[in-house]
Amino acid sequence: MEMTQPIQLSPKSLSNRRKLIQRIGFSIIFLSLIISIFFLFVIVIFVAIRGAGVIDWEFLTAMPRKSMTEGGILPAILGTFYLSIGAVFFALPLGILAAIYLNEYAGENLLVRIIKMGINNLAGVPSIVFGLFGLAIFVKFFGFGVSILSGALTLATMILPVIISTTVEALKSIPDSFREAGYGVGATKWQIIRGIILPAALPGILTGTILGIGRAAGETAPILFTAATFFSRRLPGSVMDEVLALPYHIYALMTEGTHPDAQVPIAYGTALVLLILVLGLDLIAIVIRTRSRKKKLW
Amino acid sequence: MVEIKNDNRILIEKLNVHFGNNHVLIDIDFPIKANSITAIIGPSGCGKSTLIRCLDRMNDIIPSACVAGKIILDNIDIHDPSYEPYDLRKKVGMVFQKPNPFPKSIYENLAFGLRIHGIRKKEAIEKRVVEALNAAALWDEVKDRLHESAFSLSGGQQQRLCIARTLAIEPEVILFDEPCSALDPISTGKIEDLMVRLKEKYTIVIVTHNMQQAARISDYTGFLYLGRLIEYDETKKLFTAPREKLTENYITGRFG
Amino acid sequence: MSRRTREMIVKTILLFAAMSSLVFLGGIVVVLFTQGLPILNVVGIKDFLFGTNWYPTHDIPEFGILPMIYGSLLITAGALFFAAPLGILSALFIAEIAPFWLKETMKPIVELLAGIPSVVYGLFGALIVAPFVQKLFNLPTGLTAFSAALILGIMVLPTVTSIGEDALTSIPKEYREAALAVGATKWETMTKITLPAAASGISTALILGIGRAIGETMAVLMVAGGSPRIVFSFLKPARAMTSTIAAEMAETVMGSEHYFALFGIAIVLFVMTLGFNLIADNISHRFHRRFTATK
Repeated sequence: MEMTQPIQLSPKSLSNRRKLIQRIGFSIIFLSLIISIFFLFVIVIFVAIRGAGVIDWEFLTAMPRKSMTEGGILPAILGTFYLSIGAVFFALPLGILAAIYLNEYAGENLLVRIIKMGINNLAGVPSIVFGLFGLAIFVKFFGFGVSILSGALTLATMILPVIISTTVEALKSIPDSFREAGYGVGATKWQIIRGIILPAALPGILTGTILGIGRAAGETAPILFTAATFFSRRLPGSVMDEVLALPYHIYALMTEGTHPDAQVPIAYGTALVLLILVLGLDLIAIVIRTRSRKKKLW
Repeated sequence: MVEIKNDNRILIEKLNVHFGNNHVLIDIDFPIKANSITAIIGPSGCGKSTLIRCLDRMNDIIPSACVAGKIILDNIDIHDPSYEPYDLRKKVGMVFQKPNPFPKSIYENLAFGLRIHGIRKKEAIEKRVVEALNAAALWDEVKDRLHESAFSLSGGQQQRLCIARTLAIEPEVILFDEPCSALDPISTGKIEDLMVRLKEKYTIVIVTHNMQQAARISDYTGFLYLGRLIEYDETKKLFTAPREKLTENYITGRFG
Repeated sequence: MSRRTREMIVKTILLFAAMSSLVFLGGIVVVLFTQGLPILNVVGIKDFLFGTNWYPTHDIPEFGILPMIYGSLLITAGALFFAAPLGILSALFIAEIAPFWLKETMKPIVELLAGIPSVVYGLFGALIVAPFVQKLFNLPTGLTAFSAALILGIMVLPTVTSIGEDALTSIPKEYREAALAVGATKWETMTKITLPAAASGISTALILGIGRAIGETMAVLMVAGGSPRIVFSFLKPARAMTSTIAAEMAETVMGSEHYFALFGIAIVLFVMTLGFNLIADNISHRFHRRFTATK
């Protein structure tokens, strides 16, 4: 009988070429990764270097002086603090309740699909459009004026989807066996949610909350017409006052005023403070998430 | 309160369950006797778990489930609209296949059930926690670390904790859904001993795929196959002289 | 109150909370349209959308927003030109090549970088990138569409990377094993199996990147230069819809034609981003259904 020749599937040359292609491909990937990292880190590093020289205790704790060319940024720090805490104050309860409904109660129906689509699309609305919404509704319609209250409410609308989706994720990660166990001892759904699910999901909810604060602290466009001002002689005394805020302060220093040379260093300093604040909050959120994942026993 | 053996604690009549288009349980009729252990055996997928979950209406939480028929407990059908499933589940406790303690301390695992059923006083809760842990033969192992996480316990201890959690709210019937399937032989032995002791005070139903286990501990056994109750009898009779050919094939290991 | 009624009340409250996002979205639509549509009484829809002159404060004002639509699209396209290849390739690295520890370190870093406030990008763009671009191409000003696109590209890079990485990671590992088992190299597996399988997920990442870029305000406002004219060059100043609103709203009088016109721009912007989001939503919905259907 005739022996069938085995087909030479992969001659050595082909194999070498394939390896070469892989090497080239990987090199391109490494290169683009390094470019990406370079660009992103360059921004952080530039702001850090230029800003670090400006920041001292007085910069953080003093009022601005001589039409923004000297002094500190205390009112902007406080303003950002009030605005972002205020935003979370409004968005957190609403967001948690909405997430509980979506994960624990909602079935598969048209209404739920529409709600979810609404949340996704709200998350995609440009921040300047939130600014216009806040201007028309909170500033004008409700008559809150340009104030901390209007700004916080506008930012709350903007971070609501963030809080909802991180909370839904946190609730989703709680295994059903806990819910079954709860039913097994005769608990109602709400008792299970309050007594078992929410405490277990707390780290996840906290993560979302902190991310929300960071997001609110860094946004400029929504507060342009609803809360922010460039100049104030005093610290805000009530929620109806307009405020300085870190992101807006940077923008204003860059575009307004008459002494760009004196203003630019302050802008860098302000940017560094903002960057540390926002990235610090995000970092805390990520650490909480990673640690709770590691500690998780279920 | 114990005494009269052989009275029917629960009566299941014409029970049918559908999951969507799947007819999972078909015309199930049998009694569950008080202060005894009733085992439900059968190959996997036969509907055992569905059946036991009907007894405390755990299938209510599955949207596609549709339950018809009667399950009479204390002369009332548990599906009666006046019956709150929450109250039913206090009366009919359940221990699940995998140990599922709450992500809380050992103490809080028991206290949760007590609090939701209206026991608020600290002393009362403490007393019941100790009693229940004792009854579940866990007290000696955990008494020094009641406030540690329940997840620090071994699998067998966790399952006994789940039993204690059920005992703490003083049920009358306890359902065990393959309680030992995730455990090693030694832990299994401890839980079996525990069940035998518990039947003095409680009515027990256990689902198991382990025929030896059913033979060892139960007083009555029902054999379920493809959604139908093929045979129900005293355990001794069912395992030594089954009436049905299918039962015989199953218990002699010819399929399953 | 029985436990059942209490449960009903709780459920109703929760449902209302869940509807809040819809209410806000609806509110945004209502606000934009009531405040924006009146501009069409001043100029026709055709002159508004396709007019090339934006002189809102002249004695005889003109409200043509085509230059801004063009500016937004130009800058966004440029941004994507930077961000798409870099983002996808970085995602491939994190999802397919990086060892576990590196992957676990890089994912949070990417996430962190996505959180840098846009005004910081704007600052960097205006003070560093623009002068650099000016010198590099010997231009009268470095505040150009190119600078804005570059900054915006860097800005959406983490978004594209992180969503793209999620899409790649969600491809079942059986696919990869099957390819490797027939002797494919890692590169062949990545490019011929994993990447095509994740294509729709990656396009979601790109579309969301586009949405983010087109809706971005501050960086563009500070870097693009702001000239409302259609010039077919990347190296000239341009102006986006978002920055027009941001720059001019404070100077308008409520109820004036200029005010209506700015809300009119917002309608166009909103409809465009909504469109992109709906497309992304649709694709990702199908993508996830495909890979969870078997489970």
